[in-house]
Amino acid sequence: MAKLTAGIACSHVPAVGAAWDNKKTADPYWQPLFAGFEPAKRWMADNKPDVVFLVYNDHATAFSLDMIPTFAIGCAESYNPADEGWGARPVPVVQGHPELAAHIAQSVIQDDFDLTIVNKMDVDHGLTVPLSLMFGDVAEWPCKVIPFAVNVVQYPVPSGRRCYNLGKAIRKAIDSFDKDLNVQIWGTGGMSHQLQGPRAGLINKQFDGAFLDGMTKDPEALAAIPHIDYLREAGSEGIELVMWLIMRGAMDADVEETYRFYHVPASNTAIGHLILENRSPK
Amino acid sequence: MSLDKPYNDIPDTVVFDADMARLGYHLNQFCMSLMKAPNRERFRADERAYLDEWAMSEEQKLAVMARDYNRMLALGGNIYFLAKIFATDGKSFQYAAASMTGMSQEAYAEMMIKGGRSPDGYRTRKERE
Repeated sequence: MAKLTAGIACSHVPAVGAAWDNKKTADPYWQPLFAGFEPAKRWMADNKPDVVFLVYNDHATAFSLDMIPTFAIGCAESYNPADEGWGARPVPVVQGHPELAAHIAQSVIQDDFDLTIVNKMDVDHGLTVPLSLMFGDVAEWPCKVIPFAVNVVQYPVPSGRRCYNLGKAIRKAIDSFDKDLNVQIWGTGGMSHQLQGPRAGLINKQFDGAFLDGMTKDPEALAAIPHIDYLREAGSEGIELVMWLIMRGAMDADVEETYRFYHVPASNTAIGHLILENRSPK
Repeated sequence: MSLDKPYNDIPDTVVFDADMARLGYHLNQFCMSLMKAPNRERFRADERAYLDEWAMSEEQKLAVMARDYNRMLALGGNIYFLAKIFATDGKSFQYAAASMTGMSQEAYAEMMIKGGRSPDGYRTRKERE
């Protein structure tokens, strides 16, 4: 049977991808950030998944205002890194897992979460930056990836509670997949940041710290946070953190926090990262 | 009955909701077109002529030509779409963010290195006053 072993939270700033691609990871500005992901890469080398269910958001790349799906699951064989206006990132093509993706879509939709099925799309930095941070420079990504895009661009985005419950439905689907697979779920985006208007540059370390604590110890309380609190406390783009709750909802109630990293700034954003492991025997 | 929008009380912030998206549809779709290199070239060659191909308001076109990002936000622009304009100009997200705060990019970058803008005083209009 498929087994969900770990949940990863990871921010996804485009400037991090640019720093990576332009070999600036040793620059004094970027070095502390990339150093913070070294332990994560070592952990990943010892805990390589077969499939990553990767929750992220598209940034006006695959989805324009022509169509805005709230939840979209990628069921394709593969996904090209997108040209976001300055050329595609020089990273490997992302290989999908259509069989597990279709199984999850079937199960989750029957559990009342109306997913949009996507059979063709490019993936932007929201998906590829976390892959670079966790796997490093590779000729091919070491696992399959199921992209799961959440609308956090046009308000209202789905509530934290809905995301958390969706995570539970995704877990149920993974648990019922009849093949031996080591599956991880990643929640990306965040932490506090605001990219627009005179309030740009907002960072709230206190909010972020409490959110990181809550991810491990009290996700139910995080799921109850209303939209307005994210906007006020974590900035207009900090609301991306609802995507972390999909990951958390899929994990066991009781998890081990294996690693935590927090850093300010990456360009305009606070970077947060967690590795959570289910305690149940692997 | 109108819907409750408590976020309109957040100072210096435009929340891109369904009403703003309606207002900004053509502006944002124009931005989207800049993801293709030939369109970027045509835009650079004659901005006004390129903008006139889109069903945008005159105010929106003038805001684009002035690179007035706060004005574009007020007229329904969304930051991830507007990013295609500053990417076309060869500018970074940090450059654009700084320009919206009225700070120089250096001063803005320095603020970020020191931990960013505190939410204190920025949660509500009342707190801002």
